[in-house]
Amino acid sequence: MSRDDRRTPTRAGDRRAWEETVLEPALRRRGERPGPFTTVSDLPIERLYTAEDLAGWDPAARLGHPGEPPYTRGIHPTMYRGRPWTMRQFAGFGSAADTNRRFHYLLEHGQHGLSVAFDLPTLMGRDSDDALADGEVGKEGVAIDTLEDMETLFRGIPLGEVSTSMTINAPAVVLLAMYLGVAEKQGIPSASLEGTIQNDILKEYIAQKEWIYPPAPSMRIITDMIAFCAERVPKWNTISISGYHIREAGSTAVQELAFTLADGLAYVEAGRARGLPVDAFVPRLSFFFNAHIDFFEEIAKLRAARRMWCRFMQQRFGALDPRSWTLRTHVQTAGCSLTAQQPYNNVVRVAVQALAAALGGTQSLHTNSLDETLALPSEESVRIALRTQQIIAEESGVTNTIDPLGGSYFVEALTERMERDALDYITRIDAMGGMVTAIEQGFPQREIAEAAYRYQRQIDGGEKTLVGVNKYTEGSGPPPALLRVGGEVEIAQKGRLAAVRARRDAGRHRRALRDLGAAAAGADNLVPHVLEAVRSYASVQEICDTLKAVFGTYREGAVHL
Amino acid sequence: MTAAARKVRLLVGKVGLDGHDRGAKIIARALRDAGFEVIYTGLHQTPEMVVATALQEDVDGIGLSILSGAHLTLFPKILRLLKEKDGGDIVVFGGGIIPDEDAPGLLEAGVRALFTPGASTREVIDWVQQNVVPRRR
Repeated sequence: MSRDDRRTPTRAGDRRAWEETVLEPALRRRGERPGPFTTVSDLPIERLYTAEDLAGWDPAARLGHPGEPPYTRGIHPTMYRGRPWTMRQFAGFGSAADTNRRFHYLLEHGQHGLSVAFDLPTLMGRDSDDALADGEVGKEGVAIDTLEDMETLFRGIPLGEVSTSMTINAPAVVLLAMYLGVAEKQGIPSASLEGTIQNDILKEYIAQKEWIYPPAPSMRIITDMIAFCAERVPKWNTISISGYHIREAGSTAVQELAFTLADGLAYVEAGRARGLPVDAFVPRLSFFFNAHIDFFEEIAKLRAARRMWCRFMQQRFGALDPRSWTLRTHVQTAGCSLTAQQPYNNVVRVAVQALAAALGGTQSLHTNSLDETLALPSEESVRIALRTQQIIAEESGVTNTIDPLGGSYFVEALTERMERDALDYITRIDAMGGMVTAIEQGFPQREIAEAAYRYQRQIDGGEKTLVGVNKYTEGSGPPPALLRVGGEVEIAQKGRLAAVRARRDAGRHRRALRDLGAAAAGADNLVPHVLEAVRSYASVQEICDTLKAVFGTYREGAVHL
Repeated sequence: MTAAARKVRLLVGKVGLDGHDRGAKIIARALRDAGFEVIYTGLHQTPEMVVATALQEDVDGIGLSILSGAHLTLFPKILRLLKEKDGGDIVVFGGGIIPDEDAPGLLEAGVRALFTPGASTREVIDWVQQNVVPRRR
């Protein structure tokens, strides 16, 4: 036994005594690593957190209990003791038939819900035969041109029995209508459909850059969808307010938190301005956050997000329905944190990130595959990603108790810090007149570009470590087998589109698009008109172009470098 | 001004529908900070637009960022258009998600260098300094 160990411990809570008698001598003897001790987002982290960091902190007000405001500890009273999060792997590539096979594969391997990745032309409202779609058809997701493709995508999958998430934004109204169209054909009432459509156009202007129309008409389409679904598809999540892409574009964790909540506030404002009671639509807004590599920062971010949303809904909007107060979220592990070098290391990164999402209390989770910086994931790598979640949920024991980190001096102090910093941003955005104006002024775009550049310099300079990239670079190992989508997909898809165009009822198609254009120019809810256009087998681009003729297109202002 | 004294002018471009501009903007800024004159095209450019801008701005090199998987279509098209419009001596390089097995074909087609995920801004800057010189005019 060394002399140190025999010493009487300093009195609990007497931090200064510990610093003087125990810490200082140790620092003199050995010192600390040079640091800096910061999160991946550059937030400084202290050596030690104690009760002093939470002086005056009231757990009743700041935490509450699970399933109770402000929901810091989780939105459900039982959380994962009731059931674990929904394991939802995002999938889509090639043709609708290719992706349909992947969906059946995932359902057979224990996945709970479907999540559709569309190809870039579809995301941008372009058909597979458009000039800008050249080389992109089916590459990053599934190519959907008409209702016929959507029927193929869900062949053999009863829509009344799955929940489906669709990652689509600018043309979201078209894809939602197509989903409703498939349900009609399957004889399933729209009231029983469950799922989510991303439909978050504000983060497109901020981060992902897949826009079509300017902000004002985009917000009108979204409020039309909110109003339509509140009445006809009540179990559908009408917007998945997304921080994921903001983070992927290079933001810090605090920026992700702040800009995402500010986007959410803008949608609630828009719905209210439309005359919808807050409690009639806010319960169907859900969220989508990133799980990056800085473990505790991510946990704190998710906990802070729930508390902040609850307080905003109660205090700013006077929401009375507890379902309006709860921030339900999907999480995806951070694609931008994965490396092409030594790709098997990504399995470990994803496991750390998925564990953070679970400890942060997510409702559903996508784990990235190890090969995603190289190509679309192979079946093998998707299976490992899904198994990672299953190991966390069913072997690790973290699902045995609710919010296991609640009350940790560090986690609570960090949660408070992130909330404070995010509130500072939201106050600035409010002062600009809200998020739409802030976007038009390029504010969030500039803040993110700055953070992205700073991070890259830290990686290039070795201040922050990226294993396999700027440290421990030896030994890359054999590359994994990659999934390739060949040019034949594009040729076949163009053929199918041409055949639908030749076969459909030209009169019904023409009338449907004409009525849609008239509705866009007027004040009618657009959704029923889009649905009729979809039923007439109008293509994604035909519908988007009809709206574009009325609404115009968005052009990005000067880009901040 | 003599060619040697003139700063190298670069166009950093995003072609196709791909909106992932984090890398393109970082590279553009790093090159600018390293002393090059840099023009950034903004998003959603067609190959024709990129080539027209390159010629109009009289650039010496074009750096293209493609993360959409369409690199085998877009790079060759830009190289062909440049040749047709007497811009064949403009140095074309690129970056993005480009699988190893696609690189030789692109390099053979005339792309001078490819920087894939994990490349540092320093590598790109060093390469440009060594390989892009002011065009004769």
